[in-house]
Amino acid sequence: MNQDVKSKAQQVLNEAKLKNDDGINLDDYNMGNLGEAEGAYQSESEIPRDIKESMDSVGIDVSAKKSGLYLQSGNKHDLCVSNVKGVELMPIKEALIKYDGTDGKLNLKDYLWKAVAPDKDKYTAEAAIQEITQGYFIYAKKGQKTIFPLQSCLFVNLPGMKQVVHNIIIAEEGSELDIITGCTVHKTAKKALHLGVSEFYVKENARVSFSMVHNWGDDTNVRPRTGIILEDNAQFSNFYIVMSAVKNLQTNPFIQLLGKNSSYYGQTLIYGKGDSYFDTGATAHLIGEGSKAELISRVLAVDNAHIIARGTIIGDGKNVTGHIDCSALILSNNSRVDSIPEISARNPEVTLTHEASVGKIADDHIEYLMSRGLSEDEAINLIVSGFLDVDTSPLPEKLAKETEKIIEMVSASEMG
Amino acid sequence: MSFLRIDDISVEVGGKLILKNFSLNIDRGEVHVLLGPNGAGKTTLIKTLLGFKNYKVLQGHIFFKDQEITELPTNERVKLGIGVLFQHPPEINGVKLSNLLTVCGQKRGNNNHSSTEDVCEDDLAPDLQNLASRLNFTDEYLNRDVNMGFSGGEVKRSEILQMMVLKPDLLLFDEPDSGVDVENVELIAKIMRELLDRDKIPSLQNKSGLIITHLGYILKFLGHITRAHIMMDGTITCSGDPAMIINAIMKNGFESCRQCLACTDGATVFPEVDFSL
Ligand SMILES: Nc1ncnc2c1ncn2[C@@H]1O[C@H](COP(=O)(O)OP(=O)(O)OP(=O)(O)O)[C@@H](O)[C@H]1O
Ligand SMILES: [Mg+2]
Repeated sequence: MNQDVKSKAQQVLNEAKLKNDDGINLDDYNMGNLGEAEGAYQSESEIPRDIKESMDSVGIDVSAKKSGLYLQSGNKHDLCVSNVKGVELMPIKEALIKYDGTDGKLNLKDYLWKAVAPDKDKYTAEAAIQEITQGYFIYAKKGQKTIFPLQSCLFVNLPGMKQVVHNIIIAEEGSELDIITGCTVHKTAKKALHLGVSEFYVKENARVSFSMVHNWGDDTNVRPRTGIILEDNAQFSNFYIVMSAVKNLQTNPFIQLLGKNSSYYGQTLIYGKGDSYFDTGATAHLIGEGSKAELISRVLAVDNAHIIARGTIIGDGKNVTGHIDCSALILSNNSRVDSIPEISARNPEVTLTHEASVGKIADDHIEYLMSRGLSEDEAINLIVSGFLDVDTSPLPEKLAKETEKIIEMVSASEMG
Repeated sequence: MSFLRIDDISVEVGGKLILKNFSLNIDRGEVHVLLGPNGAGKTTLIKTLLGFKNYKVLQGHIFFKDQEITELPTNERVKLGIGVLFQHPPEINGVKLSNLLTVCGQKRGNNNHSSTEDVCEDDLAPDLQNLASRLNFTDEYLNRDVNMGFSGGEVKRSEILQMMVLKPDLLLFDEPDSGVDVENVELIAKIMRELLDRDKIPSLQNKSGLIITHLGYILKFLGHITRAHIMMDGTITCSGDPAMIINAIMKNGFESCRQCLACTDGATVFPEVDFSL
């Protein structure tokens, strides 16, 4: 890696150590199984049952038809299966060796830390300092498509561990990628830190759909760092679902819509319970002419949860449009939701809008349903399940069905 | 035994006394009409009968099927067989009408058919569609959120559709005809007539009803109405023969009902209000 990048990162880390503004000390966690032998399993059938169950909890059904599967425990990959010609799925360490720019091949280094800045904060800096740790590389070659979704699962398996992941996804011109990914933690590994850098590059006329489910423990700190770059006519739909307790989760994917008529649709579903603290959002920068972004979030807070739902759209290019929609339900006296939509126009020819609502379920809605024979709890559940009934229509059919199934399953198990 | 007995209740809403020493009895098989000027407290009475939270019964008792229900939660009252068509139901974001109807159907199944055969969800779906099509509702409506963006007339039809699924024993209709065009009033009335057992011989008429209306026209289609009541300032000021009372209101307005003086010649003077079918 570039020495300059590294020293900048080191500087960010040193400064952050002095401030420690979010109370998370990176030195409190160890790299666990880093350096152990990679590829513990030869095939899906060797995955132990308890791990399969954890994968199930984030919607990764190993028996389902898929174009490929990547499984990582801690800081090493356990299994990587790729079934589709023209769509590569491999551990990033391998990919960096294979795609070195020789013989007319892609040079992966050209994509490393280009969508996410290594000196953005102490987490990206940590990932940069750790050199490249493990993660997945997905590469759809020109015009190639996944038939069934690719699956990936990142699993934190040891207590006290920090999992540092770096993923790179490249969709070449005219390609299509459907990806389901789940991140979860082993029952015994609750006290843990998940730090995931993901960089997406979607080229001309390519389309990526990405569904991600997180299932954490109440002592897990989570810091996904995502960057997405969209070229001309590129499309990205992003579904993000967290319905488990977490200690402290903060994420804010940065989407750069560089290309003409590129589009981004992001939908986030957060069900915060226990003492969970969430600070989630997305930032879309509309640069290419006619590009558009839609940021939608549904937020539900119970118990003592505190959720901050952000959305930022910056309109720079000509005729760009953006919309932020956040609705939140507060179902307990001690929970709290802050909704912070932000739209910024830097050109008279942009159209940016936002709507946000935060509140409890209206009494007259509950009473109305009770007047149809539902108990108070049944009435609340009916309204809440309607609230969680997210619109999956921007996803391709197969992924939409999968995503709906996952939401249904996760909400059934998390909400009792 | 009386079916619904409201015994001298006074009810406060938002710190304001709305119902004052209100009493009313409705027996099994009877259909009553409640008339009264805007703000008299008619809707307040309905919400009190359902036990809504903000409706504080300061005194008096409500009995239904020989059981005191004054303190019962709303859904327990509904389980006993009370059903309401609301004047202004809320829009319920996120709950599809079809979904609510299915839940209503399951509730109904659990409450009444437990001893006979079970009504399962699969049986209900085609049934629902039949009921909906009788009210000229297409699937598009059923897939919409309850009352979201419904027109005035659609709201009433959606309300009555829910009654059709719930099949209550006591039906409370709060202005089923307001804002509804003539054709749809007749459609709604026809279904009310069915739900109220009006076409059965009197000994088999087991349903009871209370109809709140400002217009009277809908009553034409409902067969024999047992009694009419006039409510003013939170209490009943006058009760009697429906034809006579409605004619008197048409002639003299509500003000003269305060002393209940106007009913002497109503029926003969205004024969155009015709209750016979
Ligand atoms: N929450 C409240 N706080 C204060 N006053 C209320 C409240 N709800 C109702 N009222 C008042 O109670 C009175 C009776 O209202 P209600 O809705 O029962 O009248 P109504 O007879 O149904 O009238 P309409 O024919 O217009 O439907 C009105 O004056 C109304 O403003
Ligand atoms: Mg009213």
